Amino acid sequence: MLNRQGRPSAPQAHGVSDPAAGMGDQAARLQGDANRATGSNPEAHPTFTGNKALAQIEPLLFEIGRYDTTGVDLDEPEDFEPRLGGLERKEAIGLPGLSEPETMRHYVRLSQQNYGIDTGLFPLGSCTMKHNARLNERMARLPGFSDVHPLQPVSTVQGALELMNELGRYLVTLTNMTAVALSPKAGAHGELCGMMAIKAAIEAKGEGKTRNVVLVPDSAHGTNPATAALIGFKVKPVPAREDGWVHVEDVKERLGPDVAAIMLTNPNTCGLFEPQVVEIAKAIHDAGAYFYCDGANFNAIVGKAKPGDLGVDAMHINLHKTFSTPHGGGGPGSGPVVLSERLAPFAPVPFVRMKDGSFELVEQNDEAGGTAAPFGRMTAFHGQMGMYVRALSYMLSHGSDGMKQASEDAVLNANYIRAGLADLMSLPFGNKPCMHEVLFDDAWLKDTGVTTLDVAKAMIDEGYHPMTMYFPLVVHGAMLIEPTESESKTSLDLFVAMLRDLAMAAKNGEKERFTGAPYHAPRRRLDETRAARSPVLKWSPPAPVAEAAE
Amino acid sequence: MRYLPLSDTDRSEMLARIGVNHVDELFADVPKNLLLREPVDLPRRKGELEVERILSRMSAKNISASSVPFFVGAGAYKHHVPATVDHLIQRSEFLTSYTPYQPEIAQGTLQYLFEFQTQVAALTGMEVANASMYDSSTGTGEAVLMAHRVTKRRKAVLSGGLHPHYADVVRTLSEMSSDDVVTMAPDVGGTEDILSRIDDSVSCVVVQSPDVFGNVRDLKPIADKAHQHGVLLIAVFTEVVSLGLLKSPGSMGADIVVGEGQSIGNALNFGGPYVGLFATQSKFLRQMPGRLCGETVDADGSRGFVLTLSTREQHIRRDKATSNICTNSGLCSLAFTIHMTLLGEAGLSRLARINHANAVKLADQLAAVKGVEVLNKTFFNEFTLKLAKPAAEVVERLAEKGVLAGVPVSRLLPGAGLDNLLLVASTEVNTDDDRAAFAAALKEVL
Ligand SMILES: Cc1ncc(COP(=O)(O)O)c(C=O)c1O
Repeated sequence: MLNRQGRPSAPQAHGVSDPAAGMGDQAARLQGDANRATGSNPEAHPTFTGNKALAQIEPLLFEIGRYDTTGVDLDEPEDFEPRLGGLERKEAIGLPGLSEPETMRHYVRLSQQNYGIDTGLFPLGSCTMKHNARLNERMARLPGFSDVHPLQPVSTVQGALELMNELGRYLVTLTNMTAVALSPKAGAHGELCGMMAIKAAIEAKGEGKTRNVVLVPDSAHGTNPATAALIGFKVKPVPAREDGWVHVEDVKERLGPDVAAIMLTNPNTCGLFEPQVVEIAKAIHDAGAYFYCDGANFNAIVGKAKPGDLGVDAMHINLHKTFSTPHGGGGPGSGPVVLSERLAPFAPVPFVRMKDGSFELVEQNDEAGGTAAPFGRMTAFHGQMGMYVRALSYMLSHGSDGMKQASEDAVLNANYIRAGLADLMSLPFGNKPCMHEVLFDDAWLKDTGVTTLDVAKAMIDEGYHPMTMYFPLVVHGAMLIEPTESESKTSLDLFVAMLRDLAMAAKNGEKERFTGAPYHAPRRRLDETRAARSPVLKWSPPAPVAEAAE
Repeated sequence: MRYLPLSDTDRSEMLARIGVNHVDELFADVPKNLLLREPVDLPRRKGELEVERILSRMSAKNISASSVPFFVGAGAYKHHVPATVDHLIQRSEFLTSYTPYQPEIAQGTLQYLFEFQTQVAALTGMEVANASMYDSSTGTGEAVLMAHRVTKRRKAVLSGGLHPHYADVVRTLSEMSSDDVVTMAPDVGGTEDILSRIDDSVSCVVVQSPDVFGNVRDLKPIADKAHQHGVLLIAVFTEVVSLGLLKSPGSMGADIVVGEGQSIGNALNFGGPYVGLFATQSKFLRQMPGRLCGETVDADGSRGFVLTLSTREQHIRRDKATSNICTNSGLCSLAFTIHMTLLGEAGLSRLARINHANAVKLADQLAAVKGVEVLNKTFFNEFTLKLAKPAAEVVERLAEKGVLAGVPVSRLLPGAGLDNLLLVASTEVNTDDDRAAFAAALKEVL
């Protein structure tokens, strides 16, 4: 007897010769998955279910749900005359449901196949996987923040506007900039906002037709060129130098009346602070262009240096990186943009301001008044309030002293890893101090038959989340390690020891430890080529099984 | 500091191991005169208790939706979210994980994304859905850009029933990209002649249903005319619960569907984070923005999921990408999927009927108040009132009486001569008492 999950519903003797015999096709496949799911030699001690104690197999919702089941108790309304103009749906949608206990178990089991910061060291360079304090979650759920509507009367949300204003004040103070646009919904959206402000400023000077080039170093994150191109700029690359820095001569060489801006990441994606940043800013400004700074790595310098002092005109701040709002498996984020005096007038709506002792929300371009000339609107409503609360909660907790300490610890931790691995792994720009992340290339793997990807997968077996791989593009087989300030010395020591062991194993020719990895994860290496070649992007009901074939 | 594990002893030992005397030597590339020696001018660290006190005070200055009779909508809706949803999305492994670039240890995220994509495709009646956009206003902007890529034309026509914020987002993006936008006049009654704007120069028409004034629109004639001219129909919705009762945009011929998923699983959050639903037909797949999760197998042949078709995306294609989006609405899409799983088809359609029934009751009750006219012939859970007085004033007076009554059209469309119009929404959270309180207060104020 099989239940809907293709599992036996009554106990059977262990060790049937073919446990899948007599199962439906779907069930057999699930069972196959089950037997293999944890990878490591399932024949050793096969289980009947395919589960391995805490390692449980979980089918798709669509394989266990029922169309008549609901986990929410609602009473059917009394009869009434619908006003839908005859546009009622006639056919079924195709959405199975689960009862509440089944839902709980389904998603808890799925969660157990994920690695999070709370699981272990998550050294994903550029992404800043620091501790997510649960105080911030609790604060974001206060009813005055989570249960207020963006369009209820402004008089009833004064505290929410106060919070936005306070967050803005913190960001402007930490960066020494003039204004902040809070509404962008993530880093890339912030880039778009900053570049739109630059475009508006250029147009206001009557140079919209002629200034259409944006300089982007080759080491930049993909969102930089994608953003510039999105609003019609031509991207001109600035090539990488062997020291990992952007040189002012290389920038000057490319400057001209056609250049609108540079998009420079600082600290850069190689984990280095740009020593010529002030000179670069000056050259850019002298040429009548603007300095957009990708602030994804601001976490290295919070409380240590202010981007406004470096000559930045616009910079997004990923609240989900620097200020620790949870990454949530890929989002949501929040990407406020701080603006210099030259760009402040062009900040988009909405924004908060004080008027007669209370906060008001400027939601339309023509309400801005004064010299303000908002370029438009980035999103409906006012941005990522839920993230604002978490970020402010982080900032209040750390305070100015704690934020400075956090930056220092993040940098210290990265350099400690550098010092621990410099003799075994290769540093493309020499063994010099880094910021909050340390970049290795794959030169140390030469002739081992092991790649960066293999090393990453072997790290999974060791219980770690891999570092960022193959980014930035300017070094071969990049491995970008960002430990963050959340790691203890003990944790770093084990991490370094583990990578040293892997490095020596690779050099000793223990190839299988790498090329077959991971062996111990919920899945073995996944076939990405197959996924892309014939995309299956949603569940479809299985074709009917031809029973007669058996 | 409670979040920082290093002790001063650790720090000195580590500095020694690195071979420097002071941490500032690691900041040597920062221009000397610009390196800050003292903490910036902001308050010092605070314990949990103090932080809670400060933020709770700010929170207490706001009137929350659950504390009053509440009828505010216009793109964000107050619904009941089961406790299970908020518990599950706070599981460490969901909350503190990253984009699933290492699929072997991210099957939890990937499998729910696959479930999410399947649910969204089914709801919208489309062939493929992506793994979410920031929200549906930015999704609408992306849909217009996508239509331009597909049709190789650069003119969008926006219905007068499209949420004005969405229209602003599209206009801002289009102006910056030097694309054309035709915005039709506000269409209170849902009777605009959009068909006459469709011709061979147009890339896409963007139509919302239920529209911002609440009218339910038949998209079929628009789709038919659009397709005769090689124009794409972008169908937008702001209230996903409506799809429990209404025909799907896909079944009426939409080419791209963009919708707001906030209502399912997500709180009001003063406007964000929300979750943008984005779906289309398979033939346009390669022009689609955003992440996609696909099924595959692992080295042992077990089923698993990965992010796929990333040659469309910024990290591979850079300035040739279909969008610059990277971080999306991950956890909000999980909340959506869990809530939708709890509801199932049976629960969703019942929830939709309750919403519609409550709105019908409210409309009838308010129509009986002197000085109030309900303008809609059709609606789902939101409709437009014409009041005898300016709506902004009325809303303010009602707030003083403890009723959050809705959104004055003048807040979204100032200067459009629609100052006496009020958008009112009603969902399953409203009781008979709420409705009675609203009607009574409105009577006093008018
Ligand atoms: C250097 C850099 N720039 C920009 C981004 C884009 O930020 P987001 O993912 O928040 O859009 C990222 C992160 O992914 C990044 O690492």
